[in-house]
This record gives sequence, C-alpha cells and structure tokens, in this order.
Amino acid sequence: MGENGAGKSTLMSILYGFYTADSGTIRVNGTQHAITDSRHALALGIGMVHQHFMLVDNFTVLENVVLGAEDSGLLKPSLDRARQELDRLEHEYDLEVDPDATIEDISVGQQQRVEILKALYRGAETLILDEPTGVLTPKEADDLFRVLRTLREQGKTVILITHKLREIMAITDSVSVMRQGEMVATLETAKTNPEEIAELMVGRRVLLRVEKGPANPGKTLLEVQDLVVTDDMGVARVKGVSFSVRSGEIIGIAGVSGNGQSELLESISGMRDQKAGVVILNGQPLSLEGDDGAARARAAGLAHVPEDRQRMGLVTTFAEWENAILGYQDSPEYGAGALLDIAAAKQAATHHIELFDVRPANINLKTSLFSGGNQQKIVLAREMERDPDVLVIGQPTRGVDIGAIEFIHKEIIKMRDEGKAILLVSVELDEIRSLADRILVMFDGVIVGEADPATATEGELGLMMAGINNKTAPRGLGIAEQGPLP
Amino acid sequence: MDFAIILSVLDATIRLSTPLLLACLAGMYSERAGVFDIGLEGKMLAAAFAAGAVAAITGSAWLGLLAGMIVSLGTTLLQGVAAISLKGNQLIAGVAINMLAAGMTTFLGQTWFHQGGRTPALGAGGRFEPITLPFANELAGVPILGPIYADLISGHYVLVYIAFIMVAVTAYVLFRTRFGLRLRAVGENPKAVDTAGISVNKLRYQAIIITGLLCGLAGAYFSIAQGSGFGNNMTAGKGYIALAALIFAKWKPVPAMFTCLLFGFLDALQIRLQSAQLFGVEVPVQAIQALPYVLTVVLLAGFIGKAVGPKAGGIPYTKER
Amino acid sequence: MSARRPLPRWADVALLPALNLLLAFLVSGMVVLLVGENPLHAIQVIIYGAFGYGDGFGYTLYYATNFVFTGLAVAVAAHAGLFNIGGDGQAYVAGLGAIVVALALDQTHWLLAMPAAVIAAAAVGGLWGFIPGWLQAKRGSHVVITTIMFNFIAAALMVYMVNRVLKPATTMAPESATIAVAGRVPQLRQFISFFGYSPVNLSIVIAILALIGVYILVWHTKFGYAMRVLGANPTASRYAGISNSKMIMITMTISGALAGMVAINEVMGVQNRLVLDYVAGAGFVGIAVALMGRNHPIGIALAALLFGALYQGGQELQFVIPGITREMIVVIQALVILFTGAMEGLFRPSLERAFMLFTPEQKAEAIAVSTTGSES
Repeated sequence: MGENGAGKSTLMSILYGFYTADSGTIRVNGTQHAITDSRHALALGIGMVHQHFMLVDNFTVLENVVLGAEDSGLLKPSLDRARQELDRLEHEYDLEVDPDATIEDISVGQQQRVEILKALYRGAETLILDEPTGVLTPKEADDLFRVLRTLREQGKTVILITHKLREIMAITDSVSVMRQGEMVATLETAKTNPEEIAELMVGRRVLLRVEKGPANPGKTLLEVQDLVVTDDMGVARVKGVSFSVRSGEIIGIAGVSGNGQSELLESISGMRDQKAGVVILNGQPLSLEGDDGAARARAAGLAHVPEDRQRMGLVTTFAEWENAILGYQDSPEYGAGALLDIAAAKQAATHHIELFDVRPANINLKTSLFSGGNQQKIVLAREMERDPDVLVIGQPTRGVDIGAIEFIHKEIIKMRDEGKAILLVSVELDEIRSLADRILVMFDGVIVGEADPATATEGELGLMMAGINNKTAPRGLGIAEQGPLP
Repeated sequence: MDFAIILSVLDATIRLSTPLLLACLAGMYSERAGVFDIGLEGKMLAAAFAAGAVAAITGSAWLGLLAGMIVSLGTTLLQGVAAISLKGNQLIAGVAINMLAAGMTTFLGQTWFHQGGRTPALGAGGRFEPITLPFANELAGVPILGPIYADLISGHYVLVYIAFIMVAVTAYVLFRTRFGLRLRAVGENPKAVDTAGISVNKLRYQAIIITGLLCGLAGAYFSIAQGSGFGNNMTAGKGYIALAALIFAKWKPVPAMFTCLLFGFLDALQIRLQSAQLFGVEVPVQAIQALPYVLTVVLLAGFIGKAVGPKAGGIPYTKER
Repeated sequence: MSARRPLPRWADVALLPALNLLLAFLVSGMVVLLVGENPLHAIQVIIYGAFGYGDGFGYTLYYATNFVFTGLAVAVAAHAGLFNIGGDGQAYVAGLGAIVVALALDQTHWLLAMPAAVIAAAAVGGLWGFIPGWLQAKRGSHVVITTIMFNFIAAALMVYMVNRVLKPATTMAPESATIAVAGRVPQLRQFISFFGYSPVNLSIVIAILALIGVYILVWHTKFGYAMRVLGANPTASRYAGISNSKMIMITMTISGALAGMVAINEVMGVQNRLVLDYVAGAGFVGIAVALMGRNHPIGIALAALLFGALYQGGQELQFVIPGITREMIVVIQALVILFTGAMEGLFRPSLERAFMLFTPEQKAEAIAVSTTGSES
C-alpha cells in the first residue's frame, strides 16, 4: 500500500530481480538470496504480474505461458505439457482462458489471467501483483479477487501492490504501508481501519483544501455533445459523453485512470480525432479533424495542460524559452510571417518564469533539467498567460512536490474567479473534491454520475468510480439522458 | 517462347534467386529478433571478397566458403556491438557496414592482387562445380519432366540446394523450436523475454550470428560459385533486394522463398530480354529491373496487403525505465 | 537518481566528433600499416593533395560542394526525426530537371539558365523526396526503406531516360547532348586563376547560400521550430497543433531539393551533360557529413570540407603511394559513420563521467538537480 511514487513498484521489481538493490538483504524461506535476475527469482518461486503485461501480443496464450520455461529445444513437447498443465491450473484456480487464442484478441482481464497462469506454470509460490485492478473493469476486478482468494486457500502467498484502500480492506490479511521509499508500518488488516492506513500512507499531509469562494458561473463556454473517441487501436474509449462548462466554474472529471479520461481530454483539445459528437467553444462548433486540430482549438480560445507534460506538453530536449511558445509558435507575437522572433519568445519565457516563480530562473536551461514541479509550472504559465476562455487541464499535480501543488491549485482557482471555464481531469479524488465546483464521474467511457463536492462523500464517489451509481443514473447512461439534475 | 527458353529462364531464375534467398533468410533471423539490418549488402560483399581471395590463394572452394563465413560473421559482430551492446542506431550501423565493406574490399583487393580490385580468376577446385543429381542424365530423355529434372532441378551449385533447404530449416527453427519462440518474442516484446529470465542481448547476438553465417554463404555464392573470383561491388545491390524481399514476404520463410524466386525471375527476364511487349506497349528492361523495388514500396504503402514488421525492430533494448 | 549529466555544449559539438574522427583515422591508419605503408606519409600526401596547391584545393572545394548539399539534405530531414537515406537517388533524378532546362536555355545566358535549372533540379529532387515523405505521412511506410528503394528506382529510371530519351541519335555513349558554353555554370578559375584546371564552379555559391538558408530555416523560422518539435517529440508536436504529416512531406521535399543541387554542380558545372551515375555515392557521404557536423550548417561545412579533402587527397594518394587506393577514403568515411553515428555509446558515457568529476560547476549543478529533481 502506498501513494503513487512511494516506491512500491521499485521494491517489487527488486524482489523480482529486475533491478538490483544497492544494499540490504532478501530472504526466501529463511535463506538469504541475492536475486540477480528474473530467472533467479522464478527459481525461488517468486512470480510477478506487472502493471503493464509482459506478453507477446501476436503469440498465443500457450506460447506466452511457455516462453522462457520450455522443457527442451523442441517446442512441441513443451506446448503439449503446458496445455495439460494449463488445463489443470485453470480448473484448480478457476482461471479459464482459451490456450490457443492470440493475446491481442483477448480482453485485458483475460490477459491478466495469462500472466497469473504464467507465474503458476513456473511453480510460483509467491505471486506479486502490481496495481492489478488499474486496467480492469469492476467485474473483471471481482473475478480477479475471487482467483486471488482461491490462490490463498491453496497455500500460495499473494502480494498485492495497490494504492486503493478498498482493495486492501477487501482481500488482504496484512498490510504494509510505504511512504516516500520507506516502509512506515505493517499491520493486520482485520485490526486496522481505512482511516488509519490512509493517514499512514500520506503522513501528516499539508491541508489540501484550497481557499476558494463560491463559484459564480456565467454563460456556457465549453459544450461537449455525444462525444465518441477511439484509441490508437480503434477501440472506443469515450462512448457518448455530453456535458458543459460555464464561465467561472471548475468541472472536475473523476474516475479510475483508463476509463476514457485521457482520450476525452485529447479529443477536446484537438489531439485526437473524434468518431462522433461535437465540441462547442463559445457557441461555435470546433472543427478538430486532421492532425493539426490542436492549433484550431487554441485559436478558438482553448488552452490545454496535458496529463503527461514530458510526453506531450514539453519538448524536454529544448531550452526553457523554446517551450514557452510551444503550441503558440505560429502566433503573430512571436514573429510576423515565417520568421520566428526569438527575442519575443525569450521575453515571454522570462515573463512566465517571473509570474510562476519557476526555478532555476534560467530560460536557456534545457527543460529536462527542471524538476517535475517546475516543468509543470512552465506548462501552466504558457497555457494560462494567454488569457484563454477555456482551460482544459489533466492531472495538474502529478509528480509535483507539495509546495508547488498549493501554488498550482491557487492559480487554477484564480483563473476560475477571472471568469474562465475550467475542465479538470484528475485521478486524485482529493484534488477533484477540493477544486471542482461540480464533479462528473467517468467510468468505462461514459459519465455515470454527477456530484456536488460539498455534499458528496468519498464513499458515494468511490461507488460511482467503480461504475455503480445508486443515486442518479444506471450504469452506462450518459449524463445527457438523465434529464435535469438535482 | 518455346519450352527450352522457358526452361533456361527458369534455370537462371533459380541461380539468381539463390543469393537473394540466403540473404533474405539471413535478414529474417536478425529482424525477427528486433535488429533491423540494412547491412546485408555489406556483409555479402565482404564475404564474397574473402571467399574469392582465400579460394584463389588456397585453391579450395570450401576454404573460401569458410573464410567468407568467418569474415561475414566478424562484420556482423561489429554491427552487433554497435547496434546491440552500445545501443547505437541500427540503421546507421547498417549504412556504415555497407560502406566499410565497399571500401575495404576494393582497397584490399587492389593492394593485395593488383588486378583493379578483382581477385585472381579461380581454377578448378577453387570454385564450386554444379552437382548432377542422381539419374539426371538417364532421365533427361523423358518428355517434359525429364528436362525439368535434369536441367532445372539438377545441375546447380551446392549452395543453391543449401539455400532452399534453409527455407525449411528456418521455418522449423522459427516456429517449432524453443530458440525460435524466444527469437520471435524478443523482436516483438523484449521486456516480456527479459522478465521471463532470458537475456535479450544474448538472444539478439545469437540471431545475428546466424545472420552473419547465412550472409557468408550468400556472399561466397557470388565469387566462388556463380562467378570465378571477386569483382568490384560484385553484389550490386542484391542485399537491398533481399531486404525488399524480406519485407515483401512479411518476414516469413516460405513467402520469402517465393518472393526471392519472383525477384530472381524478374532479374532473369531482364537479362534475357532487352525489352518486352505487353499488350502492344513496349516495356523497357529498366522497368523490369525496378519492379522489385516498386512492388515493395507499393506493399509497404499498404496498397496490396500490409507489411508490419516485428514491433520492437530498430529499438535497442534498455532495461532501465 | 542516475547521476548521468549531459555534456557541455562544446564537448558535445566539438570534442566528441573529434574523438570519433581520431578513432576513425587510427583504425584506418592501422589498415594502412597492415598493407605495409606508412600512414603518416599517407596523411601528408592527402593534406598536400587537398590543400597544397590551387588545383588540389579547387578539387577539394568541388567535392565539398556536393557534400554540403547531401549533408544538408540528411540534416534537414534529421531535424524532423527522419532518416533520409535516399540523397543519392534524389540527387540523381534531379539531373533530369537540370539538363532539360539547361539544354532549353543554353543559347541564352547562364544568369538565366542557372537559376532556372536550380528551380527545376530542386523540383525534381524534391519530388523524389516528397514521395517517400508522402508514403510515410499518409501510408505509414518507413521512410528509410522507401528511400532505399527509391535510390534503385532512380537508377533504373535514369538509365532509361539517358539511353532512350535524352541521348542524341548521333551519340554512342550513354549521355545527353552537351550544354552549350553560354548555358554552363561558370568555373571559379575564370575569375581566380589560382584554381588551375579544377572544376570548382559557381555552384559553391549555391552551397554557401544553402548553408545559410538551412541555418535560418531551422533556427529562425516558425517552420524550423515546428520541424524540430516534430523531430524531438512527435506527440508534443501534435499537442502543439503542428500537422505532423504535412511537416514530414514538406521536410522530405526540402531534403530532396537540397540533394538535387548536386545536379547543378555536376551536370551544369562539371560534366556539361547528363551522364550515368554522376552522383557517385555523394548521397551516402552526406550521411557521414551530417553525423559528423551534428546537423548544424557550420559543422556540415567543416565536415564537407574534410570529406572533400579526403576525396581529393585520396585521388592524389593513389598516384603517390601505389599501394593505397582512393577506396581508403570510403573506409574512413564508413568508420566515421560507424563511430559518430552508431557507436556514440563508445565515448559518451566515459566522457560524461569525466566531465562530472572535473568541472566544478557541472558538479554543483548535478548535485542541485539530483536533489531538487527527485521526480521521474
């Protein structure tokens, strides 16, 4: 248990021999071992299900199970034996998978089963699962937990890495909490409660509640109607979403990551084609077709702080000043005609750095050399300083230190109070609750419910994030079909 | 065209396809393992020179072949150090290898043999002789099938038979053995292989060693089977055609054989014809020469099917996040 | 946190290439030793041959002119993250544009014929770059493979064009008609007698203009900015509203057009007709030049001069030392590509470590960053 970045995955990767430890010892069944590589870990009976599956997409289930654990030089005997063994394991642990299906053709939940089967096939006694439910639907997660319970009954050890309290309480026998790379406590689950674990997990937290007055919403600036978006593989990730954002309000979109929020953001900001639906900005429908849709969205007054600043929002090999104009490079203030006015760009960069207190205050420094918080400030400064009508912002404080978080939150509130429409997407429920004026919960590509942050409890939101909404609409219905909201 | 001409064109097709096929299969091992190889040409050229030189000096075709394979292997390992161990750009490594081979073979050829970059012409024994298969002469008289057996199937160099046998061997190795499974896996998702406890780099080295040996066979074919001695730039871009064939065959052994036969046939055709008539329109011989490349581009563009290579191809494997 | 720090700029742009070049020379020197010749003597001969007298220097500049064009072609594409390996083919087909215009206008004046031919050569070379660009942008075909294929398609096309279309009925050799004197690009020796009989011509002015032009394009225009964003991070360029497909197509066209300028130097400045295979691998030298020159015009100018000197000096070499042929130069060139392009990992890590230890401000900065930047 631990927050994102607490060091859980790193610790487990060391156990699995993927990284080597700088110091310390590992004991398996009482004997000390220096686990040098994955093969060694496997031999000691340690199996791991990684967050990103280690499967070969165009191989069959059987081939993936056998890979690296073949009996002999020829494949046939191994495959035959694996087929029998798989059959046995499937029955023993109720893990049904078609051994001849190709990985790319089966669902994520099924792929995860293949990973578990892989470990069991190798005789794993200890099974490590790294954030196993992050990619699963609630139904699939239930199935997984059922399998994990069977494993426990059969005498296996299961280590579950997660940052979700609910899962810890539901299935574990004991829980160890990590914080900033340290193990802060190990408790028996039955003798503790969620509040205690949460406190251990975050430590004495800086108060996240942001000072903010009541929202003063004006006219609708951003309107999304029946949006359908597919991912790179052509799978629909946003399945008919409608909502609107008014000036002077912050709409927060909550949800477990991977439920279509990323695709929603990328689509509204013009980075991804939409299959159906419209995005209306200031009353004008946006044309986002083609691979330069982001330019048209910006021109219409939409600024975008992306979820992943290093992959999208910045060119980390560029100097800071070059990133200060990213997305606005064609704007006349950075040069008339074809030429780039470097002096103007540098001036803008200096201005941004002053306003957002970016450190070090060096516009010529390569962007990759700034810390996460300062990189985020560079992006925020660029997007906020151009006075956009609408700000679309994803994971504003991911990987950002506490001091910068407060600053960033204040800036977002400030923009709201200036009458901007803000769409905030975050997987941090706390962040959504403290910033948003209205919360929409997204699950499996649709908005499953709306909540008032002042009144909604964590439990209610959590249920909605899990796709269960007792209060408003049944699962799968978009907000548009729900009629008037309370 | 009468039967004899057809037969002789097909015979030439087999001869011209052989080095393509060997190089194409060579490339298949390396690219299936995730190492893009545009250096097939250079490795063949280096092997052709080494084979020609050693065969000329020793008078033994087999020693020549051995030398060709060793030099090709050495060249491959140099490329491997750059592309696998040092995690350099695989494409640039290939370009460098091609250029290095072109420069070194001509330079050493001229310095050692003083014949304008050629190695001395090979006498008997220095060069592979065609093999007559059993009963070829006896059956030659049988109508249709006789000449096909005697002229088309029999009477080729040993390397020709090796090449075609290698198709079956490669298909078996890639799809029926543990090594093949791992090799294909490492070209698709090296991390999956790593977490299964298998060394990615070791596997990739194993794959390119086979690539090197096969390129050695292909190169030797030019100088000590098809030709009698090495000549400047003797491989003449065949390594690139082999690469095209590999893509065209979508990295699969049996389609690779048919593609190489097709490209070999086009080559045989353009040698025989100066130009051809097609529906009353003259087709220049250059159009036939360019056809393999055009076909590959068309395929790559997805106009006929779609060629998608191994997913991890071209990316050096780094363990760190 | 990994303590790996980037090199200071001067080490990155000068020291590292110099070390790699040195290594290439050392290995080549060993090859020369292997064949029983003295490498130091060879270097002497090369340097004298390339710079020691007017004719030699003129030849050096003539080769360098070609290499500037092909080096820039590779570099421009590289800034957008594309590896254009088809400079040879683009330079080759561009000859069609150059010769058609030159023959049409050779009764007028070179002041008219040359600019017109430049446009035509750029258009044809650009087209030969555009097609792989279009295939990459719209159809997802890998530009490296398609440009290789286009080199061979160009070769076949040119044999056909020269033999069947451009060759006058009266000529036996596979070449076009000769350009009249009035339509040829003037030789520098017409103005500066120092250059003797060397073929260096006014195309070198185009090369200098191209160097300046590329510098402005890449670092001082909005287009160049967009190109570099695409090259550094294609996702960020999509985020920034840059049309990646359009950028790829335009960049490949510019790249092909730059390579096409080789045709002006060769067809209108040296051969005065279209002959077969006149590019003679200059497109591939361009890869070495761009790698060595770190894709920067100043670096490219210096690297082109270096390779020009090697090519000219190499010619000289085989006269003076019969044991060494000019192909030695191709070997050096290959080694430069290998060491600077594919084996960067050879020196860089140890150099980075060395700089970590020995420059105090680097050390301080590294410590500062590793304490503040504790995020992935």
